[in-house]
Amino acid sequence: MLSTTSAQRVSTAFRVDLWTRVLVLLLFVYVIYAASQIGFSWERFVSGLDNGARFLKRMFPPDLSKMDILWKGISESLQIAVLASVAGILISLPLGLMGARNLMPAWLSWTARTLIAICRSLHPVIMAILFVKAVGFGALAGTLALVVASIGFIGKLFADAIEEISEKQVEAIRATGAPFPNLVLFGVLPQVLSRFIGFSTYQLDSNLRNSTMVGIVGAGGIGGPLFSAFQRFDYSFVFTILVTIIMIIVVGELLANYVKKVFYV
Amino acid sequence: MSHSLEIRGLVKAYTPGNPVLKSIDLDVDGTGLTAIIGPSGTGKSTLIRCINRLVDPTSGTINLCSDGRCVDLAGLKGRALRENRRLIGMVFQEFNLVERLTVMENLLCGRLGYVGAWAAWRRKFPQADVEHAFDLLETVGLGDFANQRADALSGGQRQRVGIARALMQRPKVLLADEPTSSLDPKTSFEIMLLLKEQGRLNNIPVIVNMHDVELARRYADRVIGMSGGQIVYDGAPDGLSDEFLKQIYGGEAWL
Amino acid sequence: MSDAILAHPDGLLQQRIWQRHTTAQRLVRFAIWLVIALAIVQSLRTIEVIPEFLYDAPEQMGDMLQRMWPIDWPYYAVGVHAALVETMHIATLGTLLAIVLGIPFGLLVAGNLTRNKALNFIARVVLVSSRSVNSLVWALLFVAVFGPGAVAGTLAIAFRSIGFVGKLVGEAIEEMPRGPIEALQAAGASKASEIRYGYWPQLKPAFWSIVLLRWDINVRESAVLGIVGAGGIGMALDTSLNLFQWGRVAVVLIAIFAIVIVIEVVVTQVRRRVL
Repeated sequence: MLSTTSAQRVSTAFRVDLWTRVLVLLLFVYVIYAASQIGFSWERFVSGLDNGARFLKRMFPPDLSKMDILWKGISESLQIAVLASVAGILISLPLGLMGARNLMPAWLSWTARTLIAICRSLHPVIMAILFVKAVGFGALAGTLALVVASIGFIGKLFADAIEEISEKQVEAIRATGAPFPNLVLFGVLPQVLSRFIGFSTYQLDSNLRNSTMVGIVGAGGIGGPLFSAFQRFDYSFVFTILVTIIMIIVVGELLANYVKKVFYV
Repeated sequence: MSHSLEIRGLVKAYTPGNPVLKSIDLDVDGTGLTAIIGPSGTGKSTLIRCINRLVDPTSGTINLCSDGRCVDLAGLKGRALRENRRLIGMVFQEFNLVERLTVMENLLCGRLGYVGAWAAWRRKFPQADVEHAFDLLETVGLGDFANQRADALSGGQRQRVGIARALMQRPKVLLADEPTSSLDPKTSFEIMLLLKEQGRLNNIPVIVNMHDVELARRYADRVIGMSGGQIVYDGAPDGLSDEFLKQIYGGEAWL
Repeated sequence: MSDAILAHPDGLLQQRIWQRHTTAQRLVRFAIWLVIALAIVQSLRTIEVIPEFLYDAPEQMGDMLQRMWPIDWPYYAVGVHAALVETMHIATLGTLLAIVLGIPFGLLVAGNLTRNKALNFIARVVLVSSRSVNSLVWALLFVAVFGPGAVAGTLAIAFRSIGFVGKLVGEAIEEMPRGPIEALQAAGASKASEIRYGYWPQLKPAFWSIVLLRWDINVRESAVLGIVGAGGIGMALDTSLNLFQWGRVAVVLIAIFAIVIVIEVVVTQVRRRVL
């Protein structure tokens, strides 16, 4: 009888491969290195935790005495969010259309896309700072900053969405002799409208969040009272404001879902 | 009114020096169904698309004539081009319906050359157009489908909507680019019959691109065979002998 | 739908009407447009805009741009570079921390993995709160607790991103096909094994995409946290703004712009090659 020595078969299922191990090791090393770079030390952290506990205690009970300041700040934030979203949506619709390389001549689409890219690249807070310098403190600066942020977001996604549409449907409309606006209305928009509404509601939600913080640099909204509460160490008022912000954003999300359903997204 | 199409010296070269259409001369009139057959790549689709300028000819003239008055489609631009496109209806191989719109809205697309943007956005089309649309839906057998979304329809149903859309334009010529290539045999027959009947009813010539020779023989009043960018056969379907088919398509095994 | 042929009592055929939406649908849509219009009008009326400032704006912007020239390039080596590196650390550490903290919550909020409704709810509250509070506001909080510096910034980024990561992980898990999971359950796998061998492999591609996206966003956010003292290049920006050193402000802005673009390119390349 022939005896064969069979090599032991080792199961390689679920074995983490070499590259992953190296990557995890590198990440680990990086975390240690970076933590030391940013001045992290356990003692500071632990004392900070202690601080944090005291901090939380000072937040309760929430301060309910300054409702008028709260209300004024929140309503200003809402105004900023609404106006910025509406203006942003209205501008992004034609601008995104102009940025669609399959519909527009190259010079126009390139210009539109560059404009959109510039709007996207700077953080809303930075834009808020610049606008405060330009138009003064207050809600106008905040609104303008968020309009720019909205254009950067919706414009890019909208232009991308238009570039993904089926050309065949557009071709058929073109063959009927329709002028350009009708071509867009019946050939392009039906294909992208639901996505556009999705982007717009997302941006409305995003603006709602951002409108609560542009006030920190003086651009209006609840951010102003929030910042000064921090500086006064009035943490119970801080808590009130934070809870209100969270509630408003949750309500906003629910409303947005309802609107999307009505417009069949 | 009698309508006709006169094509003279039509040439199309996608890359310079390699013409796909080599000087086509063609007259189409009356109310019959003209079938253009030929192998893939021989320029059938290019020819049809040059007529309504979805493809721009390199040279030549394409005259669309009504009762003697002619317009050269090859040279038109901008507004004049759009206005004349309204007079040419087209049916596509893949139906090219706007999927997310309803059947009714797809039909009304045929009138987009005649309504302004504001009315179009608000979906306020002239009542005469709405009536015409309902009539056409009955004619193509889709009377109950007016408010169905286009993507809920079968292939045959979609092509009927496509034909109805083209007819909504009240065109002077009806073009069809491989209208049955995506359909099963039974549905193909129905579609071809519909095209032929509508041509006669509306008193317009119908030009159809196809690769199914049997279908062409059965429904066409006139067959045009193309090969290598030129017309090599032009006559009645029964004159289409095996000799001619060999010339058009090449090879023998399939005959 | 109102498109039928309406028969008049006398037997005459009336006009066939076609409407895109039923009357009920039209009313609801109209109501929504109305609400939106009201919101706009109300906001316009009550928003405080000082007209003089508005007219002044172009002049002010021109003035600001003028003061930014000449751009203070040497300042880069002195004040900007180190801060930029610190910003990157804040963003990366913050994202890593968010992954560690966010995945458990993502697992808890997924209805098909965690059956306990109470846990679902708590996890959802945590995730929503995390998302609703801006990283800048988190930074304010952590600066108050841990003192100014990059540690506060890192925690701010982390806590903000927990909501993002957790929500998307939860959604990805809920949309997963049940087959492989049920097979593992039938074979008698423990919950931990179920997660590691059933959910994790299916989650992986979406997960890395989510992480990359969040890292990209976090770099932008980290750049401004310094305005409230949480470390990074924002502090250089804040200092130069307060001292009206516009040449330096220009350098900082350009640096922020450049790093954002670099990160975008890096992320796009990684997506193309790996994902």
